[in-house]
Amino acid sequence: MTKVVTGLDIAHRIEQKFPGAIVEAIPEGATLKAETLLDACTFIRDEPDLRFEFLSSLTGVDCLDSFEVVYHIESIRLNLITCLRVKTYDRESPRVPSVCSVWPGANLQEREAYDLLGIHFEGHPDLRRIFLWDGFAGFPLRKDYLNMPGGLMAGLERFPGEPGGKLQGRG
Amino acid sequence: MALKTEPFVVNIGPQHPSTHGVFRLRLTLDGEQIIDADMVMGYLHRSMEKLAEERTYTQNIPFTDRTDYIAAMTGNLAYVMAVEKLCNVDVPERALWLRTMMAELQRFASHCIAIGIFANDCGAWQTPVMHMFRDREKILDLFEMACGARLTLNYMRIGGVSRDIPEEFIPAVRKLLKDLPSRVDEYEQLMLGNEIIVARSRGIGVLTPEQAMAHSVSGPMLRASGVAWDIRKADPYAAYDKVDFDIAVGTNGDVYDRFVVRIAELRQSLKIIEQCVEMMPEGPVHARLTPATVQPIGQPVAPLALRPPVGEAYARIESPRGELGFYLVSDGSPAPFRFHIRSPSYINLTPMKLMSVGATVADAIVILGSVDIVVGEVDR
Repeated sequence: MTKVVTGLDIAHRIEQKFPGAIVEAIPEGATLKAETLLDACTFIRDEPDLRFEFLSSLTGVDCLDSFEVVYHIESIRLNLITCLRVKTYDRESPRVPSVCSVWPGANLQEREAYDLLGIHFEGHPDLRRIFLWDGFAGFPLRKDYLNMPGGLMAGLERFPGEPGGKLQGRG
Repeated sequence: MALKTEPFVVNIGPQHPSTHGVFRLRLTLDGEQIIDADMVMGYLHRSMEKLAEERTYTQNIPFTDRTDYIAAMTGNLAYVMAVEKLCNVDVPERALWLRTMMAELQRFASHCIAIGIFANDCGAWQTPVMHMFRDREKILDLFEMACGARLTLNYMRIGGVSRDIPEEFIPAVRKLLKDLPSRVDEYEQLMLGNEIIVARSRGIGVLTPEQAMAHSVSGPMLRASGVAWDIRKADPYAAYDKVDFDIAVGTNGDVYDRFVVRIAELRQSLKIIEQCVEMMPEGPVHARLTPATVQPIGQPVAPLALRPPVGEAYARIESPRGELGFYLVSDGSPAPFRFHIRSPSYINLTPMKLMSVGATVADAIVILGSVDIVVGEVDR
């Protein structure tokens, strides 16, 4: 079975090496400071008893007041999995360091997060939109992006565009 | 006298048989040699992640059919596992075995397509594909028997599967298990012994184990590079911890080895299906979801919609294409707050440039074929 390195454990290891690098640690994952992200990632990748060499998933989450980038990282040699995150409170132009130099596998995943959530990954070799075309207005996975046309909200009484007052979606 | 040359750009796709869907490969060439490769995708982007944020957890199961439409069972399975992790649901034993059997049948059907279409890419137009489709059809018939659909199956449910298999299912599987091993031998001779396929694929698109791991490549591609990493073994889900099988591993990491691994996996899948048929226990196929299992006691519940407790879950499985993961964030409402698919087809394309620079145009077609992408899953 894959051993889950909890956010508390990984935070402890990183904190020992880079004091002050951890913002918050919960069992689901450790939140890092953006400035020390690359150092911490390189450290957990190269440390002989961690060897987190395989970036399984990288994704952005719009937490309403902030953006969060979530990294699920695996160690294939030692069969471990852990989760790191980085938060940014700048909603206008959220910026997070790119981990492409640590795990090249982040390349397409960061482009996807940039395309759909508008998170800028600083230091990414080729940060362009990937699914949507250049010039597409807005970033659709943001929570404040307009709802999809065609009445896709669950529990709507009628389709948007039909006469009537302001639509009330599900609670 | 030096000849004056300039780079030439070739678009392969979006409508091209070798791109396996609407996908565009933009190659910059110096003569016949590739000097840059860029991927243009999104032609099939349906914004599933946004759609899923506005639907209930149960309503999202059909979306997972339509991401990887060649292997809908494994898409279903990964998603329901993520929701079950979120709600702490215990799935009955029989449902776990059914899931294992269905996932392996699906892997067989999916690898049939991968291998057949690869022969297409190598120039054996349509005949090998039809050989593979013959066997895939029989598996689709089994799926139709089990859940009424052939392609977009919608079979898994949160807490189990939608219904038990009918009486005639197991005899039909047994009959298939008699026929298929000889077919696999036939494929092996047809594909791996073929001089043209060997010439086209040996030493092409090589990834070293370090490169493969660093680029987050998973599934048969990673195993072809010599890394024995299979989530079915490393982190067993469903009933994989109770069945016996081997991990197929390649040595060279080239296109040829990827198909050696896939054909070896066909045999392992048959082995697992056989064990499932023998060891399938009786019992219920669906867990009873009570409000207490999905909601902390003391909070108001809406009985009809599943409302997982606030939290997050990441579940991953070994799909035919690689590591398929679902990352779900719940805010306690009936719809997921964030629904992310870690799709193996998409991420396995990351080293496409690395593999194809220096090769020729004909090689690029074969390399893309060996990644075995499903564009529905690349674009989502």
